[in-house]
Amino acid sequence: MKTRELINVLAADRAPAAARPARAVAIAVALGAVISASLLLAILGLRHDMAGAAHSLRFLVKGATVLILAACAIGLVVRLAHPDAKAGRLPWALAMVPLILALAVLVELLVTPASRWGANLFGVHWSACLVLIPLFAIPPLAGLLYALKQAAPRDAGLAGAVAGLAAGGIAASVYVLHCPDDSPLFLAAWYTLAVGFVALAGYVLGRRWLRW
Amino acid sequence: MQSTEEEWAKMMRAAISGDALAYKHFLEAVTPALRALAQSNLARCGAGNSEVEDVVQETLLAIHLKRHTWDPERPIRPWILAIARHKFIDMLRRKGRRAEDVIEDFDALPDTGQAPDSLDRHELNRMLRKLNERQRDIVRSLAVEGASIRETARRLDMKEATLRVSLHRALAALAALYRKDGR
Repeated sequence: MKTRELINVLAADRAPAAARPARAVAIAVALGAVISASLLLAILGLRHDMAGAAHSLRFLVKGATVLILAACAIGLVVRLAHPDAKAGRLPWALAMVPLILALAVLVELLVTPASRWGANLFGVHWSACLVLIPLFAIPPLAGLLYALKQAAPRDAGLAGAVAGLAAGGIAASVYVLHCPDDSPLFLAAWYTLAVGFVALAGYVLGRRWLRW
Repeated sequence: MQSTEEEWAKMMRAAISGDALAYKHFLEAVTPALRALAQSNLARCGAGNSEVEDVVQETLLAIHLKRHTWDPERPIRPWILAIARHKFIDMLRRKGRRAEDVIEDFDALPDTGQAPDSLDRHELNRMLRKLNERQRDIVRSLAVEGASIRETARRLDMKEATLRVSLHRALAALAALYRKDGR
């Protein structure tokens, strides 16, 4: 078949083009977050001291950190969905997350006696955190990978990993509503590990599935 | 080159708002640039001209299937180049060659004149043979200049809506076949 014949065929395909990446990602995030939050409310429920926690600085730092992570990673997924992507300042914004974490850990170590560090690090439910965050990340990760599959990311593995980071951030933001452990030590250890695992899963799935 | 880019963007914007003819003109307009790019890139990799049309065709298919990833607010040339580059590197990798000196831009490319398009011994034909019979009939029949969906649907005894869906699936399947080829 000659090239001009191929062009005739392509021009005949009037099937509506897929949704623009920003829109597809927005839908994936909204659906994923709603499904995960519903799961959390159905299985676990809100933390019992939610009203009080909302006033604690530790809780606010935890919530802000995971929300910043989710927001920056989602923005980066949209960028990476375009073949002519330029990352812009988003990676720098994303780099704020470990910086905030490190600062929060430092302050925590300064204001709490060393005898409390172990208890704060392991909290009440460190193993639940490791299981539940990846679990709640499944709906947003599936949605984001689907959105990226329709799009054209230059680097399949990188796009998958950032989608994993975003899904992990969303899942962590959801899990914050239940998790009773607010210490930055807990956040830096277990949340990081859980989100890192989701990012790794995103990388592996992305490499397999996002090539075009 | 600047004016060309503006024209491409204009045609593509018209295409997005539903102008099918503008879309066809867009594809026809970018093809010579893609061809020149493919020739330079293949030459740099020490490959002959025989694969030029294969590269061009695979790139056109990718541009078509990923056209919603162009942001009309942004220049179109970097977008086209990014897709061309991605597909070229992918093709090299598939054939077990290394991608070293891939040209980044259309600038300063020689005008290649007439295309070696008359040969018609392209990879695309091999991919087409792997489609199912119905999809192949649809693609072959729409390849003819001036063929319309309606007339093709009548000839193949299909509903127009069904034919549109089959055509789109056939194109997606072709892209997947290119991707799997050689792996």
